[in-house]
Amino acid sequence: MYRYIIRRLIAMPLLLLGIVSIAFLITHFTKGDPLISIIGERQMDNPVVIAAARARWGLDRSLPEQYLIYVGSLLTGDFGTSLRTKQGVGRDLAVRLPATLELVIAAMLLGSLVGITLGVVAARYRDRAADHLARLFALIGSSLPVFWSGLILLFIFSVQVHLLPGPGRLDARTTAPPIVTGFYTLDSLFVGDLSTFAEAITHLILPACVLGWTVMGLVSRQVRASMLEVLHQDYIVAARAKGASEPRVLVNHALRNALIPTLTVIGFSFAYLITGAVLSETIFSWPGVGSYAVDATRSLDYPAIMGVTIVGGTAFLLTNLATDIGYAFVDPRIRFR
Amino acid sequence: MASAAPALAAAVRPRWLTTPVVLGGLIAVFWISVALTVGWWPIHDAFLATGGRLGPPDATHWLGTDKLARDVLSRTLHGAQYSLPIGLAVIASAVAIGATLGAIAGFVGGLIDAAIMRLVDVTLSFPAILLAMAVTASIGPGLRNATIAMIIVWWPNYARLMRAQVLAVREREHVEAAIAAGASAPRVLVRHILPLCWSPILVNATMDFGQVVLQAASLSFIGLGASPPTPEWGQMISEGARNFYQWWIAFGPGMAILSVALGFNFLGDGLRDILDPRTQ
Repeated sequence: MYRYIIRRLIAMPLLLLGIVSIAFLITHFTKGDPLISIIGERQMDNPVVIAAARARWGLDRSLPEQYLIYVGSLLTGDFGTSLRTKQGVGRDLAVRLPATLELVIAAMLLGSLVGITLGVVAARYRDRAADHLARLFALIGSSLPVFWSGLILLFIFSVQVHLLPGPGRLDARTTAPPIVTGFYTLDSLFVGDLSTFAEAITHLILPACVLGWTVMGLVSRQVRASMLEVLHQDYIVAARAKGASEPRVLVNHALRNALIPTLTVIGFSFAYLITGAVLSETIFSWPGVGSYAVDATRSLDYPAIMGVTIVGGTAFLLTNLATDIGYAFVDPRIRFR
Repeated sequence: MASAAPALAAAVRPRWLTTPVVLGGLIAVFWISVALTVGWWPIHDAFLATGGRLGPPDATHWLGTDKLARDVLSRTLHGAQYSLPIGLAVIASAVAIGATLGAIAGFVGGLIDAAIMRLVDVTLSFPAILLAMAVTASIGPGLRNATIAMIIVWWPNYARLMRAQVLAVREREHVEAAIAAGASAPRVLVRHILPLCWSPILVNATMDFGQVVLQAASLSFIGLGASPPTPEWGQMISEGARNFYQWWIAFGPGMAILSVALGFNFLGDGLRDILDPRTQ
């Protein structure tokens, strides 16, 4: 198994380089002139301004040169400067990453818990009404455009019934807790500010539900399938014969084994959650990487687009690696060549 | 023998013909016929003002009107004319490119295989939406470019699928027999291997269709796809987001996307049951 892990780790730098190269190629074979977004259309017939901007942003060099410079500065953690915010893309992303992570982790927890429950119920009541309902509910989640369900749920729960707050991570007048982790829920607890904590949680509920719903289907489908496989086995019959209660059989005996393949699915659901974050952060005015990506593409801010694409790809790659390795540890039957 | 009727019906009805499959089929037929014929329907104009602005649903405007007083229901139905052809173009091109490259990779092997599959690996290591956004931003916003971007994002899935299929079928005895009989390599691939490789591709393509429609709407929602006044679903939802308190503006197009994604998912499930009797 260690050889498998080592081989996967060796492939990582190559895949990362591939990601960087593709992101660079995509953003540099562009039809639109990046100069327009730098100096604005009005200055485009002023040769002095154009020459200055070219030199300033390194656009006077050849493409291979630009590539080497970009990769070189990436190695020192420098993602270049955003054309829109005029700040380091790396810094922009670092400021916004905790917001997205807090949202994605909350969504992952919610999606997994509900997904596992639905999967168990569906397997227990196979081919009956509860099974069909659980599967339909999960399938709707993966067919919903999050930017729409977010809109509708926001309208219902914050405008119509006033149960949950509007968009944003906190109310407009609340000051953010001092940054330790960047997660408002944790940071407010660190300084003992319970009212800010409650506010952060209530603001998190709606976007996390919308996002979590998208991955419920993946999780519940896997749980249902592995539960059905497990429920036929002798040791389940033995547990029932011993007189174990039905919940105990389902949770302690069946689910424990059914969860192993589910771990993989939960890990891979990360990709869907990134997609969801990109599309729902705008709706919820969530100041994360997703809304940054949308703003960057809207204003054709190429350094920022490159940075976001590279960070997203890297995050995706690392989660998949962690999932695969975790799976190898959890299930001792797996031996990779 | 009153109880015999349902039992007989169950025996005659094929196993794959379930309620979801019927529902999925109805949804698909509905949207396809809307896309083909909506121009002749006796409904409000999709581009012109036909009443008051931002009017809630009533007897004349079943789904209300938007900021420019256009009928939301009519615009939602016209949206099928954009979303379905885009979905078809993306899936057809992605399957054509992916299946060809995947078949070559699996059949030829060696360096060509390695080169194609590394490209597949790297492309698949981006979250799809980010890659689609970067490509569209780079070649310029618009429906046509968003379609191209989605083809770039989707083909590797089919390459991976096709390659795995070819590798599996290649080992079968009838292929060995064909080679022994002196068939040329292209003939072995096209006549003896490929015909057995299509089922999973067809199933996935059906299921992916809904997801492509959803992704196209996402790109339009961000502002990279359709632009006003096109009645495209994602574009309409972004108009709805700007008129947050008039919930009906986004309601129709959202339901349309949901129904297409759900419907094709159901259909794909049914198709899998037909084509692969081993599952279930």
